[in-house]
Amino acid sequence: MAVRTYLQAISDGLREEMRSDERVFVMGEDVGAFGGAFKVTDGLLEEFGAARVRDTPIAEAGIVGTAVGAALAGLRPVCEMQFGDFVACGFDQLVNVAGKMHYRLGLAVPLTVRLPVGGGFSGGPFHSQNPEAWFMHAPGLKVVAPSTPADAKGLLAAAIRDPNPVIFLEHKHLYRRVKGEVPEAALPTPMTARIARPGEDLSVFAYGAMVHTALEAVSELEADVEVVDLRSLVPLDEEAILASVRKTSKALVLDEANATCAAGAQVAALIADRAFEDLDGPVRRLATPDVPIPFSPPLEQAVLPGTTRVKEAIRELLDY
Amino acid sequence: MESFDRRAGELLSDDDRVGLLRQMLLMRAVEERGNALYKQGKIPGSFYDGRGQEAVSVGATWALSGADPVCSPLIRDLGAHLVKGTDLTQIFQHYMGRENALSHGREGNVHFGDKGVGVVGMVSMLPDMMVVATGLAMAYRMRAEQRCALTFFGDGATSRGDWHEAMNWAGLDRLPVIFLMECNQLAYSTPSARQFARDPIERAAAYGVHATTVDGNDVEAVFVAAHDARERALAGDGPTLIEAQTFRMHGHGAHDDARYVDPGLIAEWAARDPIDRYSARLTERGLDVTGLAEDVAAEVAEAVAVALTAPMPDPATATEGVFCTSAPAGEQLGRGAERWSGFAAMAQRLPSAAAA
Repeated sequence: MAVRTYLQAISDGLREEMRSDERVFVMGEDVGAFGGAFKVTDGLLEEFGAARVRDTPIAEAGIVGTAVGAALAGLRPVCEMQFGDFVACGFDQLVNVAGKMHYRLGLAVPLTVRLPVGGGFSGGPFHSQNPEAWFMHAPGLKVVAPSTPADAKGLLAAAIRDPNPVIFLEHKHLYRRVKGEVPEAALPTPMTARIARPGEDLSVFAYGAMVHTALEAVSELEADVEVVDLRSLVPLDEEAILASVRKTSKALVLDEANATCAAGAQVAALIADRAFEDLDGPVRRLATPDVPIPFSPPLEQAVLPGTTRVKEAIRELLDY
Repeated sequence: MESFDRRAGELLSDDDRVGLLRQMLLMRAVEERGNALYKQGKIPGSFYDGRGQEAVSVGATWALSGADPVCSPLIRDLGAHLVKGTDLTQIFQHYMGRENALSHGREGNVHFGDKGVGVVGMVSMLPDMMVVATGLAMAYRMRAEQRCALTFFGDGATSRGDWHEAMNWAGLDRLPVIFLMECNQLAYSTPSARQFARDPIERAAAYGVHATTVDGNDVEAVFVAAHDARERALAGDGPTLIEAQTFRMHGHGAHDDARYVDPGLIAEWAARDPIDRYSARLTERGLDVTGLAEDVAAEVAEAVAVALTAPMPDPATATEGVFCTSAPAGEQLGRGAERWSGFAAMAQRLPSAAAA
């Protein structure tokens, strides 16, 4: 196994899917000669040519909508939103066209939309969002959010091979910061949760960059805390969540997204509904308050959940 | 108009002409029956028809090959479904919210597709499907296939961003797509004069999209315009916008009495009814079309009788099918049984017309 960054793993995953399936192609703003704003598609143009590595107009509805058409015609488009925030401009095509297509008309839409998401580096209100909950609420869309290089590659393969539209959240703050061993083979990762760190006393549920925040926080504590990496938000691995809570009896749910109706709210509701008898304390949530992500570093750090606040929340819940 | 007449003379056989009239009559008969079923409480929701606009969807779809998809017919475009060959009984079952092969009760009105014959159903956010049609055309270009996509939209849809994104995209890559603008003068109650300052024809030119205006109540003119647009598309000359000038003769839906429309305008357009005009023209040409309306009525009556016996969907299935659970094998959009949607295939499709 090779050690790759999260970004390299996504890039490898794209390349391998394109090599093994000629129906797969990428499209987006500046994905060709420039290699994408974050260089995820760097080198693909040279290997696969301009027909399969398509620079598009700045038109997110156009990108998603034409990809739906290409998917209906039997291709496997992978769209890049330059920043996840911009998917708002293609929202209607995802929610009303792609997401409802199979239920209404029996037509599969095998489409992957890559969203570089998340904050932590002064991206400001239009380059830092975590819009996963918008899509969790829209029937017919799958939503995945890897935290490790191996899962980034594996979940991308799973997304591309899935016959449904899949929102693939890749956290920008993990791109070059996180490295790990990645299998050479193109093995799809199942859309299920993973135990990132086993423990007995408390469960932390997280996905994407918050998995690393949780692991860092736990490593600084003298406590036997389990960290569950959700990996997939739709489908949500309910049994894995419930099994962890039944073991530890305490649950802390983390979101980097804004708190209201976030993925973590769904997890908390699930636990309250189906694991109430197993709980030995309230289900606690830690998320970004309902504000746009501010630019200035002290302001941004004040809203994004960091290790200090995660540690405090764990300690409080352990003491409950 | 003269050039369209001349081109129609070159392209259409008398079998085609009878077929065109028959499909327009069928669309009207289906929709008249649909309105009646709505009033009887047998169609839930509301009912939307394209009375007076039959020539647009019938004429344009007639010019397609079986491999050319329609993405998507709108609520005035039932004729596209009929020309492509979707089963009438299934259509009525769909209208009535009964179990059916097109939508399994998940949809109503003209919100259906038929993948077997290459028709993708519409969505209500107009003109979203113009972008999807552009994507189909993009795929055909990528695979070097000689196919073109047809998409419909109304005058109101030209105000929305997706219209501009589709036009720009298709113009930029010179994609094989036909944008058929059904200019029926009204977006629900808002007249075109309150919709745009510049005619969409002018705006199309700015996007590098060839544009042409036709009399939308002349089925042969619409056919010729679509035929020529298809030829251009397959030759690599890019997309065409066809502006079909017509008028919405009923309200937006059966619930709308359209009191906001000048009755004088309705009378004026009633005199230009596409079916009356074309019947007279074919009779003048010496074709016997007297039995068509009766044939069509019998076909509709039979379909409705069967549809009324179909069960309602099982409520237990309401949550099924949100996700596709198995990868589609090969291409999903079928090409139908015919090499052509209508044009030049009449002898096989309508033995009685061939004999006439």
